[in-house]
Amino acid sequence: MPELIQRRDLDFLLHEWLRIETLSRYPRYSGQDRASYDDVIDAATVLAEEQFLPHAAKLDANEPHFDGERVHLIPEVKAALDAYIDGGFLGTAFASEHGGLQLPYTIFQAVSALFTAANIGTAGYLFLTGAAANLLAAHGSPEQRQRYMRPMIEGRWFGTMCLSEPQAGSSLGDIKTRAKPLPDGGYAISGNKMWISGGEHDLSENIVHHVLARIDGAPAGVKGISLFIVPKYRVNADGSLGAKNGVRLMGLNHKMGYRGTTNTALSFGEQGDCVGELVGAPGQGLACMFHMMNEARIGVGLSAVALASAGYRYSLDYAKTRLQGRPASNKNPEAKPVAIIEHSDVRRMLLQQKAYVEGGLALCLYCARLVDEELANPDEQVRADAHLLLDILTPIAKAWPSEFCLEANKLAIQVLGGYGYTRDYPVERLYRDNRLNPIHEGTNGIQGLDLLGRKVLMQNGAALKLLLGRIQASIASARASGDAALTEYADALANAIDAATRTTMTLGAAAAQGKLDLFLANAHLYLEMMGHTVIAWLWLQQAELATKALPSASAADQDYYQGKRWACRYFIRHELPKALRQAELLATLDDTTLNLPIAAL
Amino acid sequence: MKAIVSVKRVVDYNVRIQVKPDGSGVVTDGVKMSMNPFDEIAMEEAVRLKEKGKITEIIAVTIGGAKNEETLRTALAFGATKAIHIKDEGEVQPLTAARALAAVFKKEGASLLIAGKQAIDDDANQTGQMVAALLDIAQATFAGKVDVDGNKATVVREVDAGLETLEVDLPAVITADLRLNEPRYLKLPDIMKAKRIPIEATTLADLGVTAAAAVKTVKTVPPPSRSKGVMVKTVDDLVAALKAKGLA
Ligand SMILES: Cc1cc2nc3c(=O)[nH]c(=O)nc-3n(C[C@H](O)[C@H](O)[C@H](O)COP(=O)(O)OP(=O)(O)OC[C@H]3O[C@@H](n4cnc5c(N)ncnc54)[C@H](O)[C@@H]3O)c2cc1C
Repeated sequence: MPELIQRRDLDFLLHEWLRIETLSRYPRYSGQDRASYDDVIDAATVLAEEQFLPHAAKLDANEPHFDGERVHLIPEVKAALDAYIDGGFLGTAFASEHGGLQLPYTIFQAVSALFTAANIGTAGYLFLTGAAANLLAAHGSPEQRQRYMRPMIEGRWFGTMCLSEPQAGSSLGDIKTRAKPLPDGGYAISGNKMWISGGEHDLSENIVHHVLARIDGAPAGVKGISLFIVPKYRVNADGSLGAKNGVRLMGLNHKMGYRGTTNTALSFGEQGDCVGELVGAPGQGLACMFHMMNEARIGVGLSAVALASAGYRYSLDYAKTRLQGRPASNKNPEAKPVAIIEHSDVRRMLLQQKAYVEGGLALCLYCARLVDEELANPDEQVRADAHLLLDILTPIAKAWPSEFCLEANKLAIQVLGGYGYTRDYPVERLYRDNRLNPIHEGTNGIQGLDLLGRKVLMQNGAALKLLLGRIQASIASARASGDAALTEYADALANAIDAATRTTMTLGAAAAQGKLDLFLANAHLYLEMMGHTVIAWLWLQQAELATKALPSASAADQDYYQGKRWACRYFIRHELPKALRQAELLATLDDTTLNLPIAAL
Repeated sequence: MKAIVSVKRVVDYNVRIQVKPDGSGVVTDGVKMSMNPFDEIAMEEAVRLKEKGKITEIIAVTIGGAKNEETLRTALAFGATKAIHIKDEGEVQPLTAARALAAVFKKEGASLLIAGKQAIDDDANQTGQMVAALLDIAQATFAGKVDVDGNKATVVREVDAGLETLEVDLPAVITADLRLNEPRYLKLPDIMKAKRIPIEATTLADLGVTAAAAVKTVKTVPPPSRSKGVMVKTVDDLVAALKAKGLA
């Protein structure tokens, strides 16, 4: 069994690159040190390997089943969840005043990646619960935190996010679920929700649904949406559980992957018997959700990375032992076959996976580090910058890994050939699990619109300028190293950001002229271009750091650091040119997809 | 009643051991280290005895360099109530360890030493026995089950012929075998709490212990890699091959 996420790489990114220990200078993290972080990651590694990984394939083969009354899951799920909860992992990043351990969000993300790689189907319940509790930490009243958030951090109750409806997924402004004010200050909730992950199960005493709904008389569109807490069982004043609260499971969705996490169609208040509590102000529902969704989106990107990492490590092991074929130059039919890793094309598939996985991991951990800066840095300017960078990087952190790390899972299957296409190996499951990530938490199409339509142009391009400044600094540093390879990569990246900048100005001009549909027609392509450029930047930083560490590195570390240089070279030479071509195409304001007649399809 | 648990920092059991090119030992540079797995079992047993109210204090003791502090932190996260770091940068032979542990045992007025039956680095399987000899107290090694009642401990030992049950008077030394228990998962709050517990530092000299030097490591070599099998064509060839190896 390979390490599903290479610990050496986590250590490199967290400690050598992001210098995570320096966070302990901030009051929020004072008293913590590298040893604390390492111990937490060690504990997570053991738990993920021993309690989550062993039943991942079984859970995939035995998806949750609804008998009309109850949802049935294999017992290993609850055992693993209990072990995680007993270990205190739900409280990892929560403030101590909320009963948490107040560890950096970055460490929590690293830990979450380990559980995702081991078994996303089981881990899904925990991530949903953490996110639901987080929402109340940010927007709940003190009473709501006490009543609903605490039991979630303690793992007694689980949580969900109920945004989507059958007719409203990407366009949440169209949701119809109603909230009718009641005389006691509560609301009667009624309507249907679709796709709700973890919407029903017997894994916890109660389920806290966070429901988006419209208060009667609210304006149309997103401004009329409010957020409500709707528990599965009503909660008495003393925190004990009361009667059922009119949330009914209409059915489970049968999915391609992510099978262990129940996915539900729910109906609320069919008998007028469902009550909800307003969170935040009326009309602020989507704003509250989005505050939390930025972190959730980084989580989606990281989940894509983790699943791809597992596939990469499996296929790497396999390629070292599977014998097949001979080098093209060896014409002797009696010569022994070689391990497939000897073939350049197999090495291409492995290096491509490595470049996507470790590039994506760097991006998500970098963003997580920004979340920590924004949360804990006492310097207001640094916090504001972190916020701005997160604005522009979040759609990339969600979409790029979910696109390209999925590609990595495809390559892992390819490395195993026919065996990869069978359920005897985990790589096909990892692919199916990962296929969700481009879809949920805002499809990648929506992320493209968000990046180009909002984030890039907002505040006169302030976020983009800040990002470009950081990239320029890395380019200057790599050039100053005097290393020929680094200089080559820095020059290539400088070209790419010049092209991206020019293209953005051309697109901005089209927007200023009011050609909105044309401006946004190729937003997804823009997202890919920016994604590849950002990942190339992160590779340049990794390669520079590795180059500097090489002279004094131990033998094992020599290989590791050289690996960073090879992967950077691959990304710059084979991948980054795609961004250049996309920039050229985007700058022509190509209208092929905009003007394509539907009848032509 | 106090129990001492000795915890050794060793190369993690998952690491593929590599011998240094000059044969002077195995590579530990940049290699993942962790608590000796048998010592984890000893720790777990001590914690369980404490949870059952059979002992009141668990003192984790390690001998080694600065990094050994991490091993003590793990022990504290498990539930040790106190940690003692005997600082020593050199090679610690079993007899040295035994002398040091015996000294701590006396100083603390402990009733039990619970140790791993061996450490997975040198597999010496000597330290616990030597502590018992130095202190002239009872020993029950290879424990598969432990009960403590008042001034006695009942220990089921795993021996070649099966299981042997011993009753020993306390104070005594007990060494843990693999099946004694399954160590618990560490909880994050306990890991974080362990950071705040001060560790008591001492040295061999402070304890009045001289390092043993009776054993010298002459050379370390990797085990021979299994040589390739040969295909023989006839039974006669097989017999000849076995004879050549002195096997028939
Ligand atoms: C397994 C799973 C788990 C989920 N979990 C949850 C959950 O826990 N809670 C929750 O609330 N939701 C959840 N969802 C719902 C998920 O967020 C939605 O599926 C997603 O937002 C897309 O909505 P939709 O399925 O209605 O697709 P649609 O919105 O109908 O989109 C279909 C296609 O049209 C494109 N499209 C739509 N509008 C535009 C536009 N304006 N411009 C360009 N392209 C557009 C989309 O990009 C997509 O390719 C989950 C979904 C799945 C599959």
